[in-house]
Formats: sequence, C-alpha cells, structure tokens
Amino acid sequence: MTGLTHLTMAAALDGLAKKEFTAVELTEAHVKAVETIRPLNAFITETPEQALAMAKASDARRAKGEAGPMEGLPIAVKDLFCTKGVLTTAASHILDGFKPEYESTVTSNLWRDGAVMLGKVNLDEFAMGSANITSHHGNVISPWSPGEVGNWSRQIVPGGSSGGSAAAVAARAALGATGTDTGGSIRQPAAFTGIVGIKPTYGRCSRWGVVAFASSLDQAGPMTRTVEDAAIMLRSMCGFDPKDSTSVDMAVPDFRAALTGDIRGLKVGIPKEYRVEGMPAEIAAIWDQGIEWLKQAGAEPVEISLPHTKYALATYYIVAPAEASSNLARYDGLRYGLRVEGASLKDMYENTRGAGFGKEVRRRILIGTYVLSAGYYDAYYNKARQVRTRIKWDFDEAFKQCDVILTPTAPSTAFAIGEKMDDPIQMYLNDVFTVPASLAGLPGMSVPAGVGSDGLPLGLQLLGRPFDEETVLRVGQVIEKAAAVTATPPFMA
Amino acid sequence: MSLDKATVAKIAHLARIKVPDDELDHLAGELSQILTFVEQLGEVDTQDVPPMTSVAAQTLRRRKDEVTDGGYRDAVLSNGPETAEGFYVVPKVVE
Repeated sequence: MTGLTHLTMAAALDGLAKKEFTAVELTEAHVKAVETIRPLNAFITETPEQALAMAKASDARRAKGEAGPMEGLPIAVKDLFCTKGVLTTAASHILDGFKPEYESTVTSNLWRDGAVMLGKVNLDEFAMGSANITSHHGNVISPWSPGEVGNWSRQIVPGGSSGGSAAAVAARAALGATGTDTGGSIRQPAAFTGIVGIKPTYGRCSRWGVVAFASSLDQAGPMTRTVEDAAIMLRSMCGFDPKDSTSVDMAVPDFRAALTGDIRGLKVGIPKEYRVEGMPAEIAAIWDQGIEWLKQAGAEPVEISLPHTKYALATYYIVAPAEASSNLARYDGLRYGLRVEGASLKDMYENTRGAGFGKEVRRRILIGTYVLSAGYYDAYYNKARQVRTRIKWDFDEAFKQCDVILTPTAPSTAFAIGEKMDDPIQMYLNDVFTVPASLAGLPGMSVPAGVGSDGLPLGLQLLGRPFDEETVLRVGQVIEKAAAVTATPPFMA
Repeated sequence: MSLDKATVAKIAHLARIKVPDDELDHLAGELSQILTFVEQLGEVDTQDVPPMTSVAAQTLRRRKDEVTDGGYRDAVLSNGPETAEGFYVVPKVVE
C-alpha cells in the first residue's frame, strides 16, 4: 500500500477514523519507505520495531475510542530531541553512543497525542549549518537531486540544519518530522525541499530535552507537506512546561480551526530592506507573485521598514556562537559520549573536544569563546545584544502597521554539495531572511510557492506577531492554495 | 579584526579544544573573516539601548525550594564513558 505514504496527515487521520487502514498498516508502509530512501542518508537511526509497537498500541487506543489528535501518524524525529533509550547524537561524534534516560517534552507530547516514531533523522552537527553537510553521520541528499538515484548528476543539499527532517518528509518517508530552528533551521530546509515548516513563537514549544545550541533562539516546530498538517502537528508539540524556564504559560489554540481562508482586510507588511542587492530575479518574482495572491484574496499589502535588517546576521553570528560556546562546555568526556584519554584532566578535556567536535562547531565555539572573553565582551557580545533589541523594536514598530509580514524564505533555491563551501560567510548568507525573526522570537513559516528555473522548490516566508501563529498559518494556507504547487521530488518512496 | 596564530591557540585552550598546530593558520584566517564581518555592528547607534536578555517579555517563574524528584544515580551515570562504584572516573587531579 504505497499510496499510504503519500497521504497528508489530515487524510491519514480520516482514513484511520473510517477504518480504511490501521495504524499498523500505515506504519508498515512508512517503515518500508524509510528503507527505500536510504540513499538520501536522511535517517541516523531507524526504529522500525518501536514504530510497529507504537502503531499497535495506537490501534488499540483507537479501538477503545481513545484516539488522540495525532493518533497513528508516523513521524520522524530530528536527532536533536532526546528520546528515552534511543541513540541521540545531535549528529556529533562527541555524543557517540548517548542513549538518554529521559524523553524530551516535545516528543513526549507527540507520543501522548498518538504519533508513532519512525526513527531519528540527520541534521547539521549540533544544528549548526544551512546545508546538512556538517553531520558526523554524513551529508543528507535532497530527494530533488537530478539524475539517477545514488548516481545523481548534482547532489542537491536539503538545507539545514533540519535537513534529514526535510528530506524524509519531502521524499514521502514520514508524514511529518520535528525540526528545530535557531536562525532558520526549519524554514530554510522546508523552502529547499518544497515542504511547510513553522517555527512558533519563542516559548511556545518546550526546549526541555532538546540538545541546546543557542538557548535564547532555539525553538522546535513541525515540518510537514501541507499547512493544515503543520497546524495539526504544531498543536501537539506546543504547551506549557514547568521544566523549561522560558516556556510560556498560555493556552494552545486549535491551530487547524484558524485555517478559514478568510484574509480579507488583513494588512501584509512587505519589508523594503529585504529587497537585497543581487537578489535573483526569480526570488523577486515569486515574492511579487505572493503579494499578488494575497491581494487577490482580499488582503492589503503595505510597505514597511525594518531598518536594522542588514545587521541581523552579524548579530546572530555573535549571539548564537556565544551561547553555543557556553552550552557546549558540558561535553567534557566525563558524563556522556566520547572520551579521549590524556595525561591530565585538562589534556583529556582538550583531546576529547578536539576529536569530538567537527570543524563548523569548533569554529563557532572559538568565536563564542572569543566574543565572551575579557576585554571583548562589551565590544562584541553586549553590542550584539543591544542591536538585537533594536531589531526587535523594528518588528514592534512594523506590526503597528501590518498583521503579518511576507518575504522570501531563502535568497536562492537549493545549491549542490561542493558549492558555497569555502567561505563560511557565504554559507551564513542563506539565513539572511530567516535570522531577523529568530532574533526577535517571532513565529515564522515557510510555504512552498513555486519551482525555480533549475526545477528546485521556492518558498515564501510569513512572519507574525508574538503568539499569533494562527494568522501566519491562515495566510500561509492562502498562499499554498493559490500557488497549488504540483511538482514533486524526482525520488520518492 | 585580525587574529594571529597565538591568539587562536589561546582561545582554543580557553575553550578546551585541542587544535593541531598545522590548522591554526587556516583557522585564524576563518575566524578573522567572521570577526571582520560582525564588526559592521559598530555602525549601529546603541546609545541607551538595553541589551536583550530574553525575547520573552516575562520574569522567570519562582518555585518552592523543595525536593520534587531525584534518586537517579544509576540513570545519571549510565552514559558516562568511565564510571566506578557510583562515581565518574576522572584522570588524577591532585599530586
């Protein structure tokens, strides 16, 4: 029953409710699909036995009339979420063999609501990257890569850091996947692979049990094939958690109910600073097309200004490494994962961390250590935190004039492995449109909007007021329907 | 800002990451490039702008100072690369 892996979550829930198939059948089809897409290297750990056991339990719950909001839906979990008894690597050598003794709050919420775990998916090491090329467990290949499977003419990147999540969902091996977004790690890979990805407002999803990168920015969210599915999965992931001091104690709305399609009179902000110099014509064109779609649906575009946009990346590349250097101090060769012996305790630390961290992670820890060091703290770290305040103020001002903001998600379509690799700054520029909202803690979503001249997906990004995911989702679905993208990846399970 | 090899070696030591000597030059180049890139923040007027500590406009919640959980010694130790008799084993730190 291969058709089962091509369903949306909403359709799968319907089929399960109508007893057209069971959770076990749905899961078996996906377990097979996970095997089929192995050439993409999307999964670090497959958990077929656990998946089938969870599916069986799900069918039993449904039979008793206790079906949850995601009952029986097979999903993939980014390997940054701690899963009890299941290898959790953060795609780093330094976490070799780490099997958490606890379950992250977000995944607990998903299992509580009936979801089924297919396995743990690949990512950039410690979620640091925009192409899924920094994983200790190898690159992830996008299912959009042209040519013969395994012998592609161009190996296209799925984006990052949630590249395994994006590839698995786009290739129809999972109905959805968890992602995490620190500077764009949900939205950019969603755009690169033609799927939907939403990063909710900072504080909506608990960070407890998620391997930390930059704690003031990290936020989990769903990656799915439709906006409706994103609404279904986001609702299950969110919720107040006393174990995360930045978790917000607010009711979680029924996001699906917000998808009314009615955006008449809504003011859509178009930030003039996002028309960056050298923006490819097709990115500018899809953005204009998005504005047109929303206008046709009765919304009103308004030009807004976010004057500090050009400083967002520089701010991010101080704040995020600073927090990372502090968070990653815990990898000491004593408590978990890799240990490389040395003559003294200090040697053991240095050997373990020297061998355990990849080049990008090392680069960021060193930058972070430098900007936090005596004599540079004010000039770099405090300065960046002040600019961050100004970036937040820009958005506060803008949202006095508009209800939602529309921008492209990424400055280009996906590139191939080997391109943009030499210069870290070039790689960082992938996140130019996603980073500002991360710094301001705002909800942001990427929606598939079309296909570029190279045959690869293009995404549009919607940003909302804090805790107004509902407007973001509602407008996103209007774009999704207007765009009606029918292109699918050449390689699917 | 341009970092020299000695500075990179010092930062690497502060971060407790062993970096082979033959990688220091290349790394110094990369880090200098990133620092040069972030120096554009100097253009922004931040006079009297408070540094952001959290995007969430909320004060941290307080809880009662009481034991609510615990007793997981074995679970805590279970991922340690080297443990013995309920402890982590570390290289000798006292002479």
